[in-house]
Amino acid sequence: MTVEVWDESPAIGSGATAAGMGHLAIMDDSEAQFALTSYSQALWREISSELPPQAEYLPCGSLWVAADDEELEEVHRKFRFYSGRGIAVSVLNSCQLELAEPNLRKGLAGGLLMPSDSVCYPPCAAAYFLSGIPVRLGKRAESLPDTGLVILATGTAITKLIPEAPVSPRKGHLLITDRYPGFLNHQVIELGYLKSAHSTERDSVAFNAQPRLTGQILIGSSRQYGTVDPQTETPILERMLARACEYMPGVAGLSAIRTWAGFRAATPDKLPLIGKWDGNVYLATGHEGLGISTSLATARLLADEILGRESAVPREPYMPRRSFAAHA
Amino acid sequence: MIVVVGAGPAGIAAALRVHECGAPVTVIDDNVAPGGQIWRGDSANAWVRRFRDADIAILRGTRVITGDAGAQWLLLEGPEGARKISYSKLVLATGSRELFLPFPGWTLPGAFGAGGLQALVKSGLSVAGRKIVVGGTGPLLLAVAAYLRQHGAEVKLIAEQAGIGSLAAFAGTLLRRPKKILQGGGLALTLAGIPYMNDCWVTAAHGDGRLHSVTLRRGRKEWLEDCDYAAIGYGLVSNDELETFLGPSANIHAARTGEVELSLIEGEIAGLEAAGRGEIAASLCGKRDKARRFAAAIDATFALRGELKSLPDPGTIVCRCEDVTAERLRDFTDSRAAKLQTRCGMGPCQGRICGPATQFLYGWKPGSLRPPLFPASVGSLLPLERTEP
Amino acid sequence: MPEMLLVRVNGREIRAPSNATVAAAMIGAGELIFRQSVSGEPRAPLCGMGVCFECRVTIDGCAHLRSCQVLVREGMEIHT
Repeated sequence: MTVEVWDESPAIGSGATAAGMGHLAIMDDSEAQFALTSYSQALWREISSELPPQAEYLPCGSLWVAADDEELEEVHRKFRFYSGRGIAVSVLNSCQLELAEPNLRKGLAGGLLMPSDSVCYPPCAAAYFLSGIPVRLGKRAESLPDTGLVILATGTAITKLIPEAPVSPRKGHLLITDRYPGFLNHQVIELGYLKSAHSTERDSVAFNAQPRLTGQILIGSSRQYGTVDPQTETPILERMLARACEYMPGVAGLSAIRTWAGFRAATPDKLPLIGKWDGNVYLATGHEGLGISTSLATARLLADEILGRESAVPREPYMPRRSFAAHA
Repeated sequence: MIVVVGAGPAGIAAALRVHECGAPVTVIDDNVAPGGQIWRGDSANAWVRRFRDADIAILRGTRVITGDAGAQWLLLEGPEGARKISYSKLVLATGSRELFLPFPGWTLPGAFGAGGLQALVKSGLSVAGRKIVVGGTGPLLLAVAAYLRQHGAEVKLIAEQAGIGSLAAFAGTLLRRPKKILQGGGLALTLAGIPYMNDCWVTAAHGDGRLHSVTLRRGRKEWLEDCDYAAIGYGLVSNDELETFLGPSANIHAARTGEVELSLIEGEIAGLEAAGRGEIAASLCGKRDKARRFAAAIDATFALRGELKSLPDPGTIVCRCEDVTAERLRDFTDSRAAKLQTRCGMGPCQGRICGPATQFLYGWKPGSLRPPLFPASVGSLLPLERTEP
Repeated sequence: MPEMLLVRVNGREIRAPSNATVAAAMIGAGELIFRQSVSGEPRAPLCGMGVCFECRVTIDGCAHLRSCQVLVREGMEIHT
């Protein structure tokens, strides 16, 4: 099959791909989410050694941090969930947490270490995956072609082509610092992140920090609803950074080089739209904060469907035409 | 409160005018003392003395990190931390920085900017007995060479890329500006004995860990010149990031800067307009237009020639913050694409050095501006109450 | 005549006039290497006015400070 990729931007991976964190994570929000993220992470691990250096693949692992006993309960729940499904995880107590991440504030209850998680720099990974494939940059699709197959991997822009697609933008902010090698060892996320990701109404922030291969620290995260303004907004940025300093006081002394905002493509049931939409049109969007994590599995599932193959995980939960009635 | 950003000639002139109108004014400046670049360390300068004697409030060592033109506030970072201030009117007098063009060896310690080396000498560096090659373009090269020589350096030559035709035409315009001739004449006396070479530029800097010589080209002639330091700058670029970020507003008055006379008159006008004395400002417009015409003549005379686009070798570093070489960049037509794929422009200079260079070399447009407008500590971006300055 | 004071660069004592910037003091004392670039090249100040960030050093434990914009202080500890 011949394939051609169009992007309206003059740069590859210029949208949410460039704006996001490039975290390659496994999540346990639902069985379907777990299935997709764990399958995709295995695929990432398979190809990790062939990624070019500029893709900055770093197998740093994730550390979910519990601030109190209630969150520690959640740590134990996750531990049981992941161990029961063959994912290597360990529970850290307060002391072990301090050793694992000396720059976390003292007095946290503990954490869950997921060593198989990693991070990458998505625009360069995207460029690598596109090598040898015809790419037309600065090319916008004004309408859907009716010959051949069309795969729409447009993120939140899907609604420009398919207004009824069940995707809405969830704005997020990030900040990147200058280089501080050794400041952070793992991607560190507060367990409150899950509460933030679950909420469908209120703007929220949750601490999420990532070490880059360059030694820079990437700091997030925030979620906002109902806005499409790409400018950074001071009030939520301030809240996000204040939250970060609560968990890692040393962050306040780091030099910030840039902040920016981007849009996650969110669906009503927090699972992506992967597969046939209608006629010759297929969708690969709606990944919310797990776009990079699940990109490889998304590609496999789509290819499987198009070529009529069995998939390693069931495809039904991600069918674009599924009912969202339970989540209306 | 009228806030003036920048305490160079334009900012000083603006602040003095506002002060003389009786309006409250605060000046914000990144340097340790007022004077900008040209009057750095020059506390005897008449304007600097007037500014000091007027006892105008100034926040030194302070930068604008972000702001909101609609809500009329600025976030500042200075020696005592961060503060958010409100303004009724804003005067932007943020001045200029040097344009640097990459060439082989330009990253060697000892290869400074032209204004850059001058600034370091003004900040306490001794160049007595040092052999220095001055190069690049613009009237600044003459001022730098004279200054370095006054401070005991052996300035071997001034390499000016502009052609003899442009320079001769410029000399013609000087005849219509008597004050400029005197300045020129004054400079000529100091520069006696230092070759001033038109159609000439440094093609490479050499050294092992530090500079020891440069290669120069003039026409078909190429030769090596031993030196301790090089002072190379290719003109000025406006520091207009804050103005661009805030966007146009009736409450913001930007002073164009560059050559001193222009900066002063632009500053005066911006200050008067901010203070609501537009009628006095209007009376100065004739003087300002004359200064702008002179500035335009300078720009035309010292426009960068096309050959300079071939200065970098494939292996020459273009983005110094991230060590991105020319060969990795030259196939990009878009600055954002280059940035995402090569990291060019992702460093702490935020594209201030590589941006103008890549614009000249590859025609890229500058990327979008995001806070912080200058690297700032994360602590400065935490929630703050707005205060009066 | 500004007073001379003592600062240390990578442990080595140097004398500098009190109205000098750290960058000027360092170069004056023969310290021409301020930092290593990301690919390991030695670097020194370029712009002299605080925009190029090539002059960054650690001063009294604080990293990434622009030495051309900081005045020397008695007893300062500077590390490249």
